[in-house]
Amino acid sequence: MNARPEVSVSEEARHDGRGTGAEARSYYGRPVLKEPVWSREIPWYFFSGGLAGASASLAAAARLAGNVELARRARLVVLAGAAVSPVLLISDLGKPERFYNMLRVIKPTSPMSVGTWILSAFGTSVGIAAASKVLGVFPRLGRLSGTAAALLGPALSTYTAVLIADTSIPVWHEARREMPFIFAASSAASAGAAAAILTPVEAARPARRLAVGGALAEIAGVEVMKRRLGKLLAEPYEKGEAGRYDRLATAATGLGAAVMGMFGRRHRSAVVAGGALVLAGAALERWSIFKAGFQSARDPRYTVIPQRERRESRARADG
Amino acid sequence: YDVDTWQYAGMEVSGSAGKREQGGVTGEQAHYAQGGQLEHGEPTEMDESLEHPRCVFQLLKKHYRRYTPEAVERICGCPKEKFLEVAETLCENSGRERTSAFCYAVSWTQHTVGVQNIRAATIVQLLLGNIGRPGGGIMALRGHASIQGSTDIPTLYNILPGYIPMPHAHAHAHQDLDEFIEKNAAKTGYWGNMRAYMVSLLKAYFGDAATEENDYCFDHLPRLTGDHSIYPAIMGMMDGWCKGFFVMGENPAVGAANGKLQRLALANLDWLVVRDFSEIETASFWYDSPEIETGELKTGEIGTEVFFMPAAAHTEKDGSFTNTQRLLQWHHKAVEPKGDCRSELWFMYHLGRKVREKLANSTDPKDRAVLDLAWDYPTLGTHEEPDAETVLREIGGWDENGDALESYLPLKDDGTTTCGCWIYAGCFADEVNQTARRKPGSEQSWVAPEWAWAWPMNRRIIYNRASADPEGRPWSERKKYIWWDEEQEKWTGEDVPDISPTKRPDYEPPDDATAEDAIRGDSPFVMQADGRGWIFVPAGLTDGPLPTHYEPHESPFENALYGQQSNPARQQFPRGDNPYNPSDGQSGTRVFPYILSTYRLTEHHTAGGMTRTVAHLSELQPEMFCEVSPELAQERGLENGGWATIVTTRSAIEARVLVTDRLAPLRVQGRTVHQVGMPYHWGSKGLVTGDSANDLLGLVLDPNVHIGEYKVATCDIRPGRRPRGPALARLVDDYRARANAHAENGGARA
Amino acid sequence: MSETNVIPGSGSPDAFDIQGRETLETRPVIPLGQKGYEDGQPRMGFFTDTTVCIGCKACEVACKEWNDVPALPFELTGDSYDNTGALGADSWRHVAFIEQRKPVKVVQDAGLTTPASGDTDFRWLMSSDVCKHCTDAPCLDVCPTGSLFRTEFGTVVVQEDICNGCGYCVPSCPFGVLDQRQDDGRVWKCTLCYDRLKGGMEPACAQACPTDSIQFGPLEELREKANYRLEMVHEAGVTDARLYGADEEEYGMGAFFLLLDEPEVYGLPPDPEVVTRKLKSLWGPAAVAAGAMAVGVVAAFAGEGR
Ligand SMILES: Nc1nc2c(c(=O)[nH]1)N[C@H]1C(S)=C(S)[C@@H](COP(=O)(O)OP(=O)(O)OC[C@H]3O[C@@H](n4cnc5c(=O)[nH]c(N)nc54)[C@H](O)[C@@H]3O)O[C@H]1N2
Ligand SMILES: Nc1nc2c(c(=O)[nH]1)N[C@H]1C(S)=C(S)[C@@H](COP(=O)(O)OP(=O)(O)OC[C@H]3O[C@@H](n4cnc5c(=O)[nH]c(N)nc54)[C@H](O)[C@@H]3O)O[C@H]1N2
Ligand code: SF4
Ligand code: SF4
Ligand code: SF4
Ligand code: SF4
Ligand code: SF4
Ligand SMILES: [Mo]
Repeated sequence: MNARPEVSVSEEARHDGRGTGAEARSYYGRPVLKEPVWSREIPWYFFSGGLAGASASLAAAARLAGNVELARRARLVVLAGAAVSPVLLISDLGKPERFYNMLRVIKPTSPMSVGTWILSAFGTSVGIAAASKVLGVFPRLGRLSGTAAALLGPALSTYTAVLIADTSIPVWHEARREMPFIFAASSAASAGAAAAILTPVEAARPARRLAVGGALAEIAGVEVMKRRLGKLLAEPYEKGEAGRYDRLATAATGLGAAVMGMFGRRHRSAVVAGGALVLAGAALERWSIFKAGFQSARDPRYTVIPQRERRESRARADG
Repeated sequence: YDVDTWQYAGMEVSGSAGKREQGGVTGEQAHYAQGGQLEHGEPTEMDESLEHPRCVFQLLKKHYRRYTPEAVERICGCPKEKFLEVAETLCENSGRERTSAFCYAVSWTQHTVGVQNIRAATIVQLLLGNIGRPGGGIMALRGHASIQGSTDIPTLYNILPGYIPMPHAHAHAHQDLDEFIEKNAAKTGYWGNMRAYMVSLLKAYFGDAATEENDYCFDHLPRLTGDHSIYPAIMGMMDGWCKGFFVMGENPAVGAANGKLQRLALANLDWLVVRDFSEIETASFWYDSPEIETGELKTGEIGTEVFFMPAAAHTEKDGSFTNTQRLLQWHHKAVEPKGDCRSELWFMYHLGRKVREKLANSTDPKDRAVLDLAWDYPTLGTHEEPDAETVLREIGGWDENGDALESYLPLKDDGTTTCGCWIYAGCFADEVNQTARRKPGSEQSWVAPEWAWAWPMNRRIIYNRASADPEGRPWSERKKYIWWDEEQEKWTGEDVPDISPTKRPDYEPPDDATAEDAIRGDSPFVMQADGRGWIFVPAGLTDGPLPTHYEPHESPFENALYGQQSNPARQQFPRGDNPYNPSDGQSGTRVFPYILSTYRLTEHHTAGGMTRTVAHLSELQPEMFCEVSPELAQERGLENGGWATIVTTRSAIEARVLVTDRLAPLRVQGRTVHQVGMPYHWGSKGLVTGDSANDLLGLVLDPNVHIGEYKVATCDIRPGRRPRGPALARLVDDYRARANAHAENGGARA
Repeated sequence: MSETNVIPGSGSPDAFDIQGRETLETRPVIPLGQKGYEDGQPRMGFFTDTTVCIGCKACEVACKEWNDVPALPFELTGDSYDNTGALGADSWRHVAFIEQRKPVKVVQDAGLTTPASGDTDFRWLMSSDVCKHCTDAPCLDVCPTGSLFRTEFGTVVVQEDICNGCGYCVPSCPFGVLDQRQDDGRVWKCTLCYDRLKGGMEPACAQACPTDSIQFGPLEELREKANYRLEMVHEAGVTDARLYGADEEEYGMGAFFLLLDEPEVYGLPPDPEVVTRKLKSLWGPAAVAAGAMAVGVVAAFAGEGR
């Protein structure tokens, strides 16, 4: 490996002009990667899918625990989430046919392909379960479908983390080990929060627990992720829009969990306020992660510096 | 300026090309050259010892004594080491085993010393033995397709096809053919046969009407009365005596210096015909131009009747291109032209036909020239396109039996041969379009003589006798090209020898020999009267026998070598509508402290008519810009990507700024000078538009070939966009006033 | 009509096949998992030798003309002579221009064209970038529709009649090659002139390149050539020359480069990775997290009586 030559004067000048640090060389400060082309539907889908998935598990657990009140409310959330999610995806794609295009193949290497099948199976299960409940027909099939949805729920809540981690976006890919936990925690928190809001206080204790536990796990998860990413790659989560969302998310999630944890047992209003905050926190956290990906793609430093370090440490290891 | 004093002692020669008859705007006495007087093929006075103080070698030494590497650095700003690196590389790669070529284009020519720049290369290449040998030469990298062709079969006013001079009206009112030949032909060398070339040309022009009795219609040829080149003609439009203008494949409103003058001139015509692919600026000036914007022109007040005629592209017509190494390559029509698009050949032929029809019954003697023309080309297809191959065949010539000529050697001066351009004779040999040959390189020798056709006589390297030593042996095995074969008693090798095939290397001409026979067997330069390469040029140039350093017309520096600042023979137009910036030594020089140069981009072509109209090229260079060094950017507060206004006494234009180390400031004569570089491709039409660099330049020309000094002027540059409307004129006026270069004195040197 | 002669990249009925016949896009989806290599057909690719690139952009223009790629908006970037900026949906070739105050050793025998000029030592690097047609292409891996497929030439091509514009391939590419076209939402990139290859022609960009900076051929041969050329350039004293993407072990590229500076200077990632092949670290944590979530949900009911 050659020693790194001096940055040329004009290049440096251009870098400074574009606010890119001088420690990475680049082509006029232009990104190496393309920013994702996904629109705002996608983080909302991450949220709604996660919410629906976790809610399905919650509903099933509630049913098993005999908490019919809670199970019923949670199922409503599942239904809403399952209905909204594909709409969001199709809206991002532009036309419904484009969604079906994905059902022509199954590709284990593509989390989106896998996810599409998970979402479809989940949606179908939820649909059958709901139809059976409402129409009162095929109760066995209905229950079976409900169970299927419950089992698919955790997958639906976490595959989206794999989806974004399975890209070249540094702050997503390098966080591939932590991201599913954040998504899972955040999904659980939001499912708990949503169910807690809808369910009478007495029946909602597990939901509240789930919300508070999920919220704390979410905050912890994000913290762990940033630490593991290191100073440079944590930057995109802390700067700009992503940073703003992240700070709001932490505040909302933390405050929501506190309110719900401390006053939720007694005051419905505290549950509603706390729950709303937890939900908002979960959505904001998805937005933060989403935006951080764009921000890191936009600035070549986040691509170049870690790769350069990786290269150099490998070269050192090779002697 | 007395050109007679340049002649060799003991003999008078005329140039083989260029100015044979002096005379132009500067109004010198015509210079009639006689054929050389050679004794046994040698000039009468020669000094083999090179010691005579006035022999060429001693003159050369004396003249260039001061042109040292240090002087190069001081005057040009090119570091001495870099210069020496180039010089040494050149010398190391010249000799028996190696040759070097000079390839130049407009970086050398677009100066008031343009021709002398090329002359300098001639001297170097002759001294290094790089002429007439494979890998050697001086190559003009021609710009437009067939620029070479348009000099061979000229669109120029002062020569006829094959570099035969145009007859002049001065001196003798009634110069006849014999007198013309006597004054212009050399006795010795290939120009000794000029009469045969001229008569055959007249036969091509006038066919049966050209007879010995009427001097082959020599009187029908127009006579020069002065400099009729394009720029004086433009002045003529301004001044109202030039009333009509055909523009075919040119865009002077953008491509010619002093754009404003060009457009004002167009606006002063009675009629204008523009033939092009799209409505270029030259056709749209009357409603869309900077002058309309400033209010200097008003559409309603312009009297010019503009005819725009759509042209067929080279893919839509048959024809030939002649490139820099004199290679004629035929192109075939691939598709029919669309709509009303037609070729130039179609246009000229049918225009001529209609004019002749209208004049058919005229008895006016001045119409005879038109009526006597041999104007009978067969036409093809529904468009009645003249058959281009019949035109080529006429150029290639035929003999008394009507059979296509093999070469120019059989040309006769008795009216039995016809040939549209003597140097092209043979391009239709064996009744085959030789220029359309496309034999793959893998199927023939490395010289590829069967790819297309080169003039003269399909010779690929001209003066190739020089590729063998005086005894006729190759200089080296590596560089062998043609040589004397003693057994066969003839010249042989890879190419068509540029010497009569059986002329022995030791041939000495008898004293009464003429034309080629008067050239010795060891003299390769057969076009010259003495068979020699001319290091010193005794005739043919208007500005001097040896290249000499002059500063450009507008320069921030004084001439470090001579008291004479700029080329004294340069052609100026000192008039109010063509003002000049002050040059060094004049007051106000510091108002325009920077050097301005213009050049091309890969992505656009010249005035842009063919590229700014194409999206896939426009996107690659979408905007007019100027280039400055970081130092100049700092000095003037210019920002990369921002706007700048560039000002001269002619006008002010705006351009985006590129700050780049490529335009390094130069250290010249102990001072730092900054340069502003600009492409000149933009105008107001097309997909991408912008101000034209040529609006900044003034018209000042090389005296020999009238090429403009497009590569140097002085300017000022300031941040921001230019003023709009009348405010633009005020800005320029302000600069003029400050520079004391007011329109009244034309900015000419005091 | 035979399916093999259909031009990809033209779903409209006014497309023409190689014989010039009108055609509709009819190429089938290549079934999953099938590599599509025909017997004896070597993997084809590009070796781009940037030391001889003159920045003429003929490659960009030829690509656009042949593939009918729309023009970009007319905007001056201010970045040297590069007004293309980057690879994208409407730029499948991109010539980078890099100005450096740095001497280039111009040694004749190496045939280097980079100028050394003036007293300020200066060099102007040019390099024509393109899709790398990766050996393990992340874009292909993540594509949920099978639109991206590997051809019999070992190249990676988008089938625009199948692409649904999901955009997943866009951030997955380590080189930022793919992008969406605004008007139709689908993604576009270099096809390595799949249609021309089928017709036995070299890609348009390679054919147009006047200096042979772009060399097209069987990848194996190109790698050999490249190694030879690198040696030559090194011997000529240009020690900062290096190959990029020629080493299958590091990151397999079907289009690789001889560069005169570090990759990032040209806008290339210094150490790209096949992100999609880290299945364990991608799906493993997700499985654990999903399980953890399920456990968490159940745990929320701890102590709740039936
Ligand atoms: N893409 C493209 N190709 C073209 C054309 C085009 O417009 N576009 N035009 C064609 C035509 S018509 C022509 S004539 C040729 C011209 O081809 P070139 O001669 O290459 O044209 P330019 O770019 O105008 O000028 C060449 C260089 O001259 C330098 N120069 C300026 N002043 C001086 C000087 O005093 N001395 C020296 N040595 N150099 C100087 C400039 O910096 C510039 O880089 O190109 C032809 N080819
Ligand atoms: N400042 C500055 N000015 C310059 C120069 C410079 O370096 N600097 N260079 C000078 C040089 S070298 C040149 S050659 C000139 C060029 O200047 P011009 O010749 O005035 O400009 P072009 O744009 O080349 O014009 C040629 C036109 O011919 C059209 N055309 C092409 N083929 C055909 C055809 O077959 N038939 C017809 N009828 N039209 C056709 C094209 O569309 C185009 O509009 O510019 C000169 N001006
Ligand atoms: S370079 Fe990018 S677009 Fe090209 S094959 Fe590789 S991953 Fe796909
Ligand atoms: S945008 Fe098209 S090519 Fe890219 S992953 Fe989606 S379907 Fe495949
Ligand atoms: S191979 Fe074809 S599609 Fe790819 S860049 Fe070259 S010309 Fe364009
Ligand atoms: S065509 Fe060749 S020389 Fe020209 S820019 Fe492209 S790669 Fe460089
Ligand atoms: S336009 Fe380009 S390809 Fe054509 S002759 Fe000129 S340099 Fe060669
Ligand atoms: Mo030109």
